Amino acid sequence: MKKWIAGAALALAAMTGTAFADGHGDYPERPIMLMVSYGAGGATDFQARIVTMTAGNEDALGMPMAIVNKPGAGGRVGWNWFATQAEADGYTLGAYNIPHFIAQSIEGGVDYSADSFEPIANWGADPAVFVVGADSEFNSMDDVVDFAKANPAGLTFSGAGLFVGHHIAALQLEKAAGVKMAYIPNNAGGAGAMRAVISGEVMGGVNNLSDAYRAQAAGNVKILGVFDLERNSFLPDVPTLMEQGYEIDNASVNFRGVMVPKGTPQAVIDHLAATVPTMFENSRVQSRMEAGGSPMHIMTRDEVLAMWAVRQETLEDLLAGL
Amino acid sequence: MEFLFYMGDVFTPVNFGLLLLGTIGGLILGATPGLSPTMAVALLIPFTFKLEPQQGLILLGAAYTSTVAGGAVSAILLKIPGAPANIATTLDGHAMAQKGEGARALQLSFIASAVGGVFGVLLLIFLTPILAQWALAFGPSHLFWLAILGVTVIGTLDSSSVVKGLLSGCIGLWLATIGFDDIMGAQRFIFHPSVAGGINVIPALIGLFAIPQVITMFTKGRSSDDAEIISVKRHPIRKAMAEVFSRKRALSIGTAVGSIIGLIPGVGGQIAGLVAYDQSQKFSPEKDKFGTGHSEGVIAAESANNAMVGPSLVPLLTLSIPGSPTAAVLLGGLLIHGIFPGPDLFMNYPQVAWTFIDSMLIGQILMCVFGLYIAGLAANVARIPHGVMAALVLGLAVFGSYSVQNSMGDVYVMATLGLAMYFLERFGFSAAPLVLGLILGPIAEANFIQGSMIANATVGMGSYFFTGWLNWLLIVIVIASVSYSVWMEIAQRRYTTKDDAVAKEEALS
Repeated sequence: MKKWIAGAALALAAMTGTAFADGHGDYPERPIMLMVSYGAGGATDFQARIVTMTAGNEDALGMPMAIVNKPGAGGRVGWNWFATQAEADGYTLGAYNIPHFIAQSIEGGVDYSADSFEPIANWGADPAVFVVGADSEFNSMDDVVDFAKANPAGLTFSGAGLFVGHHIAALQLEKAAGVKMAYIPNNAGGAGAMRAVISGEVMGGVNNLSDAYRAQAAGNVKILGVFDLERNSFLPDVPTLMEQGYEIDNASVNFRGVMVPKGTPQAVIDHLAATVPTMFENSRVQSRMEAGGSPMHIMTRDEVLAMWAVRQETLEDLLAGL
Repeated sequence: MEFLFYMGDVFTPVNFGLLLLGTIGGLILGATPGLSPTMAVALLIPFTFKLEPQQGLILLGAAYTSTVAGGAVSAILLKIPGAPANIATTLDGHAMAQKGEGARALQLSFIASAVGGVFGVLLLIFLTPILAQWALAFGPSHLFWLAILGVTVIGTLDSSSVVKGLLSGCIGLWLATIGFDDIMGAQRFIFHPSVAGGINVIPALIGLFAIPQVITMFTKGRSSDDAEIISVKRHPIRKAMAEVFSRKRALSIGTAVGSIIGLIPGVGGQIAGLVAYDQSQKFSPEKDKFGTGHSEGVIAAESANNAMVGPSLVPLLTLSIPGSPTAAVLLGGLLIHGIFPGPDLFMNYPQVAWTFIDSMLIGQILMCVFGLYIAGLAANVARIPHGVMAALVLGLAVFGSYSVQNSMGDVYVMATLGLAMYFLERFGFSAAPLVLGLILGPIAEANFIQGSMIANATVGMGSYFFTGWLNWLLIVIVIASVSYSVWMEIAQRRYTTKDDAVAKEEALS
């Protein structure tokens, strides 16, 4: 009896296996899991829940996606798990944050690098912005840099931590302006860093555009510059750092998207790469993201692969001095 | 008085139905070990996609309110605190349940929760603008001193001696250093992949409190075939009401401490219950009764952790900064409907904002009513034979630890800490100071490092940590707290003699 069951199981496994290999399988046949390496309620988790809410529709994957949170150590715990233990069968997807995981892999001490994962599609891009308190004497980036020049390493500004987008933006600013400033990483993430700016504990801060936009609407902060190549549609009046004369590109922009572990069958990757971007384009998804103040930026697999490669190079260069 | 104007909206059939659903569901989720209020609210967010903003928030607010109170059920009956907020409730609550007074403990805890909760929400309604300033007043230096104040509580909390309390606190502080550090990202003591993300507080809580319990129950089951059946005493609700309101000191200390500490972003919710418990013990003439099933302990702890709910939303609603993990999840629930919280929230969306707050007020009362109803039934848990109970608690402990981050690693952490705690308890150490160390360690460390980074860039360490009235106020309280402990130690000479240890051993088994 035991042998019979084992045989049947083996046969079944072989059948599904060949189905995958041919690419004719009815993938997906069961619900898919999306691993998010940040806690429930954070910006990445919140957006992941919105962009995957139509996964079960017939014109998308036809199977629902379930979010599974594996938070810890700024995302390192989740991505370590995803690189080493997640099954590469197409039913385990992960959310990525660029530049976070690439910067962490350059810093070292983790089990992953850009080569451990295969991107599927990008859904969002949240640029970093420079904020100061509403009653601050600074009114432009020049004011900030002038102060920093007069007080080397004396201008305190907050951000969500080390080796995250905010930190990259801070390093870029110091490099482009040729000044030394005091970057204060906050242990309570972006919300904690914003609180430090509003209460006046620090003189300024780097924060997410979406959060800064709300804080400005509430009259708590002024936004002095966007760390991106172009102005953002949420903040048409705020100039980019480039416009204000600082050579800063979009390396700190927080790109969010979906990936699978290396070793996932090519047929599955192709299927996902074709369907997932259209799933993000769903009008219900778009309107929810818009309402939440979360900027969307849909990119296909090829575009993401190119973006990852560029980031790898820029970040290696930028972090080499640390 | 605008809030009265929108009170009617709470009672439309759909809204009230959702309020009931959120309250009852929240009580059940809260009573499940491992499902913290934050997680319960996060689980509900997808359900609010399809609802009107107002309705969605009613559901989330009701669930937040009642999960905090629901955590008392497992804390009292099973000695598993569902969340850090309920740690202090186990100390006296479980002792009462073991005496067959589970129904009384639950009734006291739900009534005290409702009193604290209503007070907290009223603060939110009337004093929000003033409270918002208070929430911003705490910078890194103040949070550091606050955490140190918490550390001074460790020595006196639920221990047979100050030295042993401090020792277990130190073990907790050490456990807190495991993992990547919060600010620099340095790796510390990562000797096994399970602890790479640090020791998560919830699995640690479950292990430290529940596992020693389970082992004791199993050993007892082997030694005597006919497991003793505790007779469960009925307790009229009227008497519980009278008792809560006659314990004015515990009730007012709990409510005040919960409201004040609940406001401080990032710290409040976790330690409000423990600080309130410790303070009401210090001010009580019946100090020795604490820990043996004393009603003041339950009342102080539970009124504090529910009083915190209202004020903890102040930074979110006025400044748009979530002050606690649960508030961060609620922010998500607001954003998804295109509502940006901030000072003009009450002007732009009065109907949503006020109905939400009103529903939390009504929710506190509904929570109390349903809580009292289940209290009578749930107390029968004590009738379950030890062997069955142990298996049940073990199952819940594994489920609860796993569900926090869907990780087997957390289950190993839970089991290891639990096993170690079983032996530590034999030597008179207790779990509460250890957990407090685990919670306070990262707060003290991260704020010290942040503070010193800011200080070095600006005014220098000395003047950053030692100037300003708030710093000095906290320092003075720290000194007072330490002197009190030292004085009590000298006055009472609370050494654990061999006889004490034997007595404690017998009380445990």
